[in-house]
Amino acid sequence: MNQQSMKIDILRYRPEMDDKPFTQTFEIPYKADMSILEALQYIKDHLDSTISFRWSCRMAICGSCGLMVDGIPKLGCKAFLRDYFPNKVTLEPLANFPIERDLVVVMDDFIQKLEEIKPYIIPDKTGSKEKKCLSEGPYKQTPEQMEKYKKFSMCINCGLCYAACPQYALDTKFTGPAALALLARYNRDSRDAGTAERMKIVNQEEGVWGCTFVGYCSVVCPKGVDPAGAIQLLKVESSKDYLIGMFKPE
Amino acid sequence: MSKRKPYTRELPTDWWMKQLFYTKYMIREGSSVFITIYSLILAWGVLRLIQGEVAFNAWMTSLQSPVAIIVHLIALGLALYHTITWFSLAPKAVDLWIKGKRLNDKVIVTGHYAAFAGATVFCLLVIML
Repeated sequence: MNQQSMKIDILRYRPEMDDKPFTQTFEIPYKADMSILEALQYIKDHLDSTISFRWSCRMAICGSCGLMVDGIPKLGCKAFLRDYFPNKVTLEPLANFPIERDLVVVMDDFIQKLEEIKPYIIPDKTGSKEKKCLSEGPYKQTPEQMEKYKKFSMCINCGLCYAACPQYALDTKFTGPAALALLARYNRDSRDAGTAERMKIVNQEEGVWGCTFVGYCSVVCPKGVDPAGAIQLLKVESSKDYLIGMFKPE
Repeated sequence: MSKRKPYTRELPTDWWMKQLFYTKYMIREGSSVFITIYSLILAWGVLRLIQGEVAFNAWMTSLQSPVAIIVHLIALGLALYHTITWFSLAPKAVDLWIKGKRLNDKVIVTGHYAAFAGATVFCLLVIML
């Protein structure tokens, strides 16, 4: 039986040679169980060893292989050739991020935003809880308390939601979906007492109010985190914060 | 020396035309233009009402022009579109927990439609009676 083949367009950019990106077409043997990431590995091994892309786990855990597949942000390991065959498929680096090389993008801005939102448990430092000793054991939590934030803690920092967000595309000052979802994750954690600190970030124009509820971030999220949901809930909190602030000036 | 030269792609002005999801979003947002026009026409009517019967009747007559009818039909269509899309998104902004479980999305959406129907019937009764 003849081996079927499939064409793949890849947006390439080699900073030492190119002024701007260009499209290169590759033709690879088609297999129904081949992922986009495996297709890229095939190209690198057999057709063009200079092509650059990021990957690690191959199973939607590490969040490294995000890219645009026919204009939609996806994980290379979680998208399959069979969903595009026999048509050609177009691969581009994640939208809304600068291109470092080929399919590799510069994610510094995203990482900085993740750090800015204080993504760690800030313990209560008031009253009797001021000096909780390690020997007193861990902060306990009921399954119900965990359920309140669990969904928002599933993020793998792949950046697909930023590539899907037109607000981030228009203005990169916007804190963005994943960072705000992570912020919600900590604010909703019963062990955390850092809400007041984080609300300063939430209340800003670049915080939740930069979001116009396009909602595509939640659609493309490969882990079902629902950043759009997290942001809307934070908007409710921000509004409450504002109202309370009106009556309690400080 | 570093050969780094990150390339920033420009966002095309027609970005919202390239994907159906974005186009639908823009229609939802764009509906506000027609709803604003509708509100202004309505506010104008109130103003004419203050000016007396003749002025108000002139306003009522002007509403019967084909242009006015078309504008109102477009506004109605967009308002309904906005309502449907907004109701379907409503569960994302609601954080109600009952007996340790988050309220089901369907309940929230149905609740919105029930309130919508209730308000419509109430308004109709007030107008009719």
